[in-house]
Order: sequence, then C-alpha cells, then structure tokens
Amino acid sequence: MINVPEDRRPPLTPKLALRVAILGSFALAMFAIIFFRLWFLEVLSGDKYLAQASVNRVRNIDVPAARGQIQDRGGAILVDSKRAIAVQISPPDLPTPLSSTDIGKTPVKDARLYGRLAHVLRMPMSKQKCPVAGHGVVRLSPIGCLVAQGYAQVPYANVTVKKDVSNGILYYLEEHQLQFPGVEVQPIWLRTYPLHDVAAQLFGTIGPITPGELKERRFHGLPQTSIVGQSGLEWYYNHYLQGTDGSDRVQVDALGRFTGSLSEVKPVAGHNLKLSLDVGLQKAGESALQTAISSSPPSNGGAFVALNPNTGEIYAMGSNPSFDPNIFTKPVSSSVYSKLNNPSSGFPLIDRAIQSVGPTGSTFKPITAVAALQSRAWTVGDTYDDTGQFCLDGQCRRNAGGAANGVLGLVDALRVSDDIFFYNLGALLNADPSSHPKGGELQNWARQFGIGRPTGIDLGGEVAGNLPTPTWRNHVNHLESECDAATGPFKGKPKHSPGGCGIADGTNRPWSIGDNINLAVGQGDVQVTPLQLATAYSAIANGGTVVRPHIGLDVQEPDGTILQRIDPPPARHLNINPTYLDAIRTGLHDAAQTAGGTSDDVMGSFPQQVYGKTGTAQYTGQQDYSWYVCFVPSTATSKPILVVVWVEQGGFGAQAAAPAARQILSQWFYGSRGPFQVGSSKTL
Amino acid sequence: MSTVPAVTPIRTTEEVPEVRSRSLLMIDPLLWLAALGLVACSLVTLKGATRGTVPGHPLYYVERQGLYAAVGLVLALVLTRIDYSRLREYKLFLYGLMIALNIVVFATPAIRGSHRWIPFPFLQFQASEFGKLLLIVSLGAFAADRIRRLHERRTTARIMLLALIPALIVIPQPDLGTGLVYVTIGFTMLFVAGTSWKQLTALVAMFVASIAIVLAGAPALGVHVLKPYQVQRLTGFLNPSSDPQNQTYNIHESLIAIGSGEKTGRGVKNASQTNLHFLPENQTDFVFAVVGETYGFVGAALLLSLYALLIWRSLRILMMAKNLYGTLIAGGIVAMLMFQVFVNVGMTIGIMPITGVPLPLMSYGGSSVLVTFIAIGLLQSIHTQARLSAAGKSRALVS
Repeated sequence: MINVPEDRRPPLTPKLALRVAILGSFALAMFAIIFFRLWFLEVLSGDKYLAQASVNRVRNIDVPAARGQIQDRGGAILVDSKRAIAVQISPPDLPTPLSSTDIGKTPVKDARLYGRLAHVLRMPMSKQKCPVAGHGVVRLSPIGCLVAQGYAQVPYANVTVKKDVSNGILYYLEEHQLQFPGVEVQPIWLRTYPLHDVAAQLFGTIGPITPGELKERRFHGLPQTSIVGQSGLEWYYNHYLQGTDGSDRVQVDALGRFTGSLSEVKPVAGHNLKLSLDVGLQKAGESALQTAISSSPPSNGGAFVALNPNTGEIYAMGSNPSFDPNIFTKPVSSSVYSKLNNPSSGFPLIDRAIQSVGPTGSTFKPITAVAALQSRAWTVGDTYDDTGQFCLDGQCRRNAGGAANGVLGLVDALRVSDDIFFYNLGALLNADPSSHPKGGELQNWARQFGIGRPTGIDLGGEVAGNLPTPTWRNHVNHLESECDAATGPFKGKPKHSPGGCGIADGTNRPWSIGDNINLAVGQGDVQVTPLQLATAYSAIANGGTVVRPHIGLDVQEPDGTILQRIDPPPARHLNINPTYLDAIRTGLHDAAQTAGGTSDDVMGSFPQQVYGKTGTAQYTGQQDYSWYVCFVPSTATSKPILVVVWVEQGGFGAQAAAPAARQILSQWFYGSRGPFQVGSSKTL
Repeated sequence: MSTVPAVTPIRTTEEVPEVRSRSLLMIDPLLWLAALGLVACSLVTLKGATRGTVPGHPLYYVERQGLYAAVGLVLALVLTRIDYSRLREYKLFLYGLMIALNIVVFATPAIRGSHRWIPFPFLQFQASEFGKLLLIVSLGAFAADRIRRLHERRTTARIMLLALIPALIVIPQPDLGTGLVYVTIGFTMLFVAGTSWKQLTALVAMFVASIAIVLAGAPALGVHVLKPYQVQRLTGFLNPSSDPQNQTYNIHESLIAIGSGEKTGRGVKNASQTNLHFLPENQTDFVFAVVGETYGFVGAALLLSLYALLIWRSLRILMMAKNLYGTLIAGGIVAMLMFQVFVNVGMTIGIMPITGVPLPLMSYGGSSVLVTFIAIGLLQSIHTQARLSAAGKSRALVS
C-alpha cells in the first residue's frame, strides 16, 4: 500500500517529542501535587479530620405532611388529621449504635436507656418474644423490640416508640436530653374520626408502607418511610390524600445536639376528598338498620345502600355491627383486636354492603322477568295458573305459606311475589348444560345486570359473589371430590366421607333444572352483595344503564378549589325493550303501593311514587334473611334514590328490611325518619 | 533474496506462527492492566459504598457497573481489530451526530433539573459523554486534513471553533464539566499537532479573558452566563470554610472523608462519611473521597498509580502512531483522561473547582464507562496499526 504523502510522517519529530514531554511533565506535576496534597490530608492531618468525622452527624428530620380530610357532600368532616407528639429512637445515635450483629441482644448501655425511657413513657420493661425480620424470634424488652424491628426493615431510619404523648413527657424529655441520647420527639399527624362509628367501614386504615407495596404501581416512587392508606377510601384515594412529606436537614454533634440547619423542604398537605355521602342520611340509615336488627331477634347484622340510580353516587352505605376507628390511632392491644375479629362480635370490621354475600330471595325476580321477556320465553300478556304447587320430575315446590294465587300475568306475579310463576319461568329458561356450560338466558341477563362480578366501586376489598352455572357446579364438584380424598390443594388435610366437605351439594350432582328454578327466585347458590343488587336495580330504575357506584365526589385543595371531579362512566348499558321495563316497573310499583302488594302495608302510605320488592332468603339452620329494594325514579322526583336493605336473620322481607328502607326514604325526602312500620307479608 | 526454490515453502510455514505471535505482541498489556485494574477498584469501592442504597438489593450498583464494563470491554476489543484511520472518512457525519445528540437532549424530560440523558430501556444514554469521543475522532480528522496549513491562524481558529460549538451547546444542559472537556480536547489537539507557541499563547489569553468576563464582567452588567450555583461551585474552592452550609458543603465533607481515612483507611464498616451519606453522589462524582475514607492513603495512591500507568501508556501510543490522525486521536483521549482525573480528584481534595466530571472507570455510570472503554479500544487500535505498519516496513526493507 502506498501512503498518501500527508498521511506519512517520520516516526517521531523532535517537535512532537518536545510537546509530548511537556504533556508528560504536566501530568507528572499534577500527580505530584495530588500525592502531596493527599499526604498532607491523610497522613499529616488525618487525626484532625478523623476527629471531625466522628463528631459529624447530619440528620434528616422528616416533617410529615398532614393527610387530607374526608368530608361528606355537605362539607361535614368525617375524617380529620390531628397534630400529635411521637417519641422516636434514632439507632445510629444510641450510646452503643445499633448494628445488625447485636440486633438480637440489646447492648448494656442501650438497655439502661430503654429502661429510663420505658419508665417515663409508662411502658413495660420485661422481656418478651419479639419476631425480627431476618433474625427469627428473639427475647427483648418492648422498646428494644420496636427498635430491632425497625432497624431490620430500614436501617438508619427513626423508630417510633410511642405516638401521641402528653406535653409533660415532651418537656421532660427535652429538658433531660443528655440523659436520653438517641431519643427524639417528633411532631406527627394522627387520623381522627369525629363521628366515631358512623360509616366506619368505608374509610379504611392507614399504616407504614410495606416492602410489597413499595413495588406496586399505586405507590410508585414513595419513600420507604411513607404512611399510606391500607384499605377503604384511604387506600383507593391515597394518591390525593397523602400529601408530600418535607424534611429538615440539620447538623448535629456526636451527642445529637442541634448545631445548624442545612436545608429545609416544607411538607405539602394532602388534598381533601369530598364524598357523595350525606351524613344525615347515613346516620338515619344506620339507626334504621339498628332498629330493624334489634326488633328481629336473633338478627345480629345487616347492611344498607342508598344511591342515585342515575349517576351511581352513593348517598349512604352502612354495615352493622360497626366500630369506632379512633381505636386504631393508638397501638391496638391484642384483646381489642381479638374482640374485633371474633364471631360473637359479628366481625364489625367487615363492610357487609360490599364484602358479605348471600342469596337475594325474591328481589331477584325482576331479573328473571327481563330474561324471560327478552328471550321471548314469555310475553307481558301471557298468564299462568298457580294451583299452589309446581311439580317437575315428581318433585313439587309450593308458595310460601302454601298460597295458591290462581291465574296470573307477570305484573301480578311481581305484585304478590308469586313463586310458582317464577319457578315456571326458571324451568322454561333452563338451557342444556352440555351445550351451554355458562348457562342460558337467565344467567346471561343476570351476568349483564352484574350478578357475580364486582361493581367497581371506589373501595378496596369488594367481593364478586357467585352466579350459579353448569361450569361452576362442575368446579365445586371437582373441589368436593379433591377435598373428600385429600388430594390436589387439600393434600395433607384430613379425608372426608363422600360429600363430607360440604363444598358442593352432595357428590358429583350435575347441573339440574332445579338449580335454574332456584336461581329464578333468588334462592340456593346465588351469592350477591347489597351493593350489587343496588346497581342491578339501578338499570331497572333508569331504563337500562348499570351504573358504576362511587363514594368519592371530588378532590379539593385545602382552600376548597376543586382539583378533580370523580364521575366514572357507567359500567354497561343493557338493551331492554322499554315496554318490558314498563311492565316490570308496574309490577314493582303495585308490589309497594297497591292493595295486595307485598310491601303495601309498609310503603302504601308513603307520599312518593315508590317501586319496591321484598326478598326473603332461606338458609338451613338459620332464620331467613330479610331483603328489600326500593326506588323513587327520576320520572317521579327531582331527587331520585334507590335503597337496598339487608338484615341477616331478619325474617321476611316486609318484616325487617322494608320498614328500615321506608325510614331511609322518609329521611331523604322529608328530613325525618318517621315510624318503623312493620309489614305483614309472608312471601319469600 | 535467495534464489534457492526450496527455501520458499519453509518460509511460508514459518510465517503462520509468526503472524500469531505478532498479533499477541500488538496488545499493549500495561494499558489493559490499568483499565481492568481500575474497573476492579470501582467494583470493590461501589460494593462497600452502595450496599445500603437500594433496599433489599445490596449489589444493585455493582452488578450494573460490572455489566457496563463487560459491554465496554467487548466494544473495545472489537475496535482493536478495526483500523481507526477509516473513521476519518466519516468526520462530517460523526461531527454532525455529536451536535445532533447534544441538541436532542433538550427535548427530553429533565432529570434532576438537567437535560443530559436520552432514555433507553437499559441505559440513560448521556449524549455529552459520547460527544467527547465523536469530537475527538472528527476533530482529529479535520486537523489532519489541514496538515500543511497548521501554522495558519485560520486553521487554529477553525479547529478551536469546532470544539467550542459543542461546548456551548452542552454548558446550558447544564453540563459545565463536559463543556470544559470539549475545549480541553480541542486545545490539546492543536498543541500536539504543532500549532505555533504564539497562537497557543493567544488562545490561553483569550480563555482567561473570557473566564474573567463570565465570572466578573458580565454579572456586573447584568448578564448571567452561568447559573448562580455554577459560579459558586467554581469559586467556592478558593475559600472552603466561608460557607459550610451551602455549595462548599460538598468540599468540606469530602475533605473530612478523605482526611479521616488516614494511612490505611477506616474500612467499609466504619466509613461514617460514606455510610451516613455526608458525601452526596458518593457513587459518582465523589467516589474518590469514598476510596480515600475507606482505604486511606494506601488505597488512593494505588488508584492514582493506575491512572498514571494509563496516562503513560496513552502518551506512549501517541508517539508511536503510524500517522498524524492517530497522534491526534491519542492526544484527544489523553486530554480527556487527564482533565477528568485531575479535575475530579482535585475537586475531592479541595484544589479544583466543583464541575461534576466523572472519574474515568471509577464513577458509577454506564455512559462514562462505555466511553472510556471505547477510548481505550481506539488507543489499542492505534497501537496495533503502528505495530503492523512498523512490521510492514521492516519486511519491505528485508525483501
């Protein structure tokens, strides 16, 4: 290869050599300077700097942000934040700084400090079992235990020993700071609930973010010391409520004394959440429910929902028994905890409106009617002769109380809640299980109305319930056989006699027409929450739109400016022939306010146009559960409302649930509850 | 040559092992020793300093840095086999690419207030870092093209301008440190190319004058070229004890960290300045202070020796290069390495301003590690080509 002249160069010109020598000398000089400087810093003045390093401590003090308030639609405060003083321990500043090697055993100097502190805070000092992540269960004093647990999770972060201490303790600790190295008093925010047990299940709890939650999208980017909503509205709207913690970066000496502030980031308070809840209606609903429960022994629980059937805004939603969430702002003792999670207390923490399911009884019948009419298995003009019993394959079913209502059309069948009529529809709508594993038109329409699927309400922990289908029956049969034989997921558990687990009804009973007949009248295996029933009826009330229920109304700045409206789109729109809906609504209105209607003696005298349906769900070994659904639609009033009441073991629908629903309507329209008027209808 | 026919086959069989051993000889082992030694130091230091930074993942930074180094090593080895001279044809494209990348970052979302990164799935691609290499390779080509007119004032002005343009683009990103690296690269290339002393002196005078204008003259007239914090950082080192709360806080804590390391260091566990995060960015800009605190004078001296080795080998390769283009590329790389080492280390020991340049191969950061490895690959390519060309000449002489 021939090099182009300009590319060729003698190996090393004297000129280049000189310049490289200059570059090299420069580098050498720089290295020399750096070496001498390092020698000076590290060897000649090292002990001076070492002394500085050992007294040098910068501390980041987290300044927590106030969590936003939760208010009702009128601005009444339901959940508030209160300033309180917490006592914390900073593990690196203890007399013997904590390290991971001595996590299971408190050093002597620290143990003495913990003793002094426990005395001041009136906390116990005796050693007890203490589970520490990564170190098993060790025996430590309560304070030592808290510190070890905190250190194992986030080293160098402060550990809260006691929240909400009195000013006396605050002053004592500040005056005797030198006796308590590593102990700090910190302002914090505590949640308070001014209305105590009103709507308690809706708000949910807050707590330190867990390692698992840190990885979730919902909590993306939050610092590991965050306090976040763990359930309910606090969880769902955490993003708005939480606010941003600030921090103070301060310099302190080896004794932890403040020597100067370095920088400060101010906390930003969370936004306020306004709910669609009406606190007056909520209180009225809760006391109506309480009356219904206490007047129908052995009833011990129930739930109610009141919502706008056009928008899905929830006006009131309650669950009985309830609790006072203020107890969770202090450490919850194990006795209180077991009281809250115990069958005899009725599990007050459960929100029965969205977390408890059961068969709906006759309140299911309008869904069956829609399915029958839409699938042309029945027409509005068709009649059926109720002779008092409905027999199929030699098995006969009767009406409640053995009534025989004679020749009936659909409207009358709804008015008197005739079971035989709907048994017949259930039988007509049964599909061949082998060609229709997901059921026929009845299941199809029930599914569209939202039975067996969550409503999508803005709360965590909602359950889906169950819609019985041939596929579902095969599934429980399979589980039953695995459980009986202790195989599959039941491996290692005790065996049972065939059918002994009680998961399925007997052993390997296939889907039968009887299953469909049960579903048609809302008995048996169908499992529905009160809120699901409310959203299903909203479609009947408003002409076919299944609303998406929501409790949040808007998010506001602390000064009241609206930041974000909460107005989720409806879940679905159902295409139902308007004449069919008219007929069903006529039946419901007749049931509530016409002679012979199942709830006429409760609702007949109510001065609004009420559409209502009773339901009585049968349980083996328990009294019947009482259901009532009613609505006053937007065609009849400017403030439409739909109410569902469910009283566990409350007896017939007209007996316990319907009178409570009337009190809720009365409060809504006239501002007072009025009498608790028990109905006499003994229909299912 | 001999006319005996039987000799020919014997010669060909001998040539095969000769080529193989030659290709081995063409590696500069000390260059690679320095580079891999620095990577090892980096991994050891990061392991100690960052073990608590990402909860539940003590090796987060070490694993990533190791991965970047491995990828960089592969790229460098590929470059070794390529004749760098071919890059000269693409000078316009490479220069344009550098300008384009540095402009594109202004359209990306700011990270901690800076527009420096182009996001990729596994790497925040730092445009100005890669810009250093592109500038070296393209500027070297422009200079080599004008070899016969190097003494002209116009050449000097043009080369310096080509370096100043990208510098003025990256400084507002804001990335003052890299902007200064660009200027240094341009100046060093002229110096190596043989620009006259008169012109170099004029450049230095202009540089000093412009600094005076930026720091003192322009603010007096109400024009702020640099952001206030940049001015404070640049001037704060002159009097570190004046303002311990703010900008010089970093220098103050860095001096305490290094000083407290004494002769043999405080060890990973007791290095409180590092562990309690007195050193901000202790895995990137202040990694030398971590070495000083954790491993003391001995550790810092070992690290500096590795850098001295790296710079010595780079200068040696600069002198060997087969053509002016190679000399200039090596000169640019030497400028880049020296600037970064002296400014970064100087900053942590309080004798240089805070400008935020990474310490090559030590600081955590994918772009920086990859760029340094590619630079080493280029140096090795210059070395290989020089050996090949020397071997070719000697063979030509023999035959």
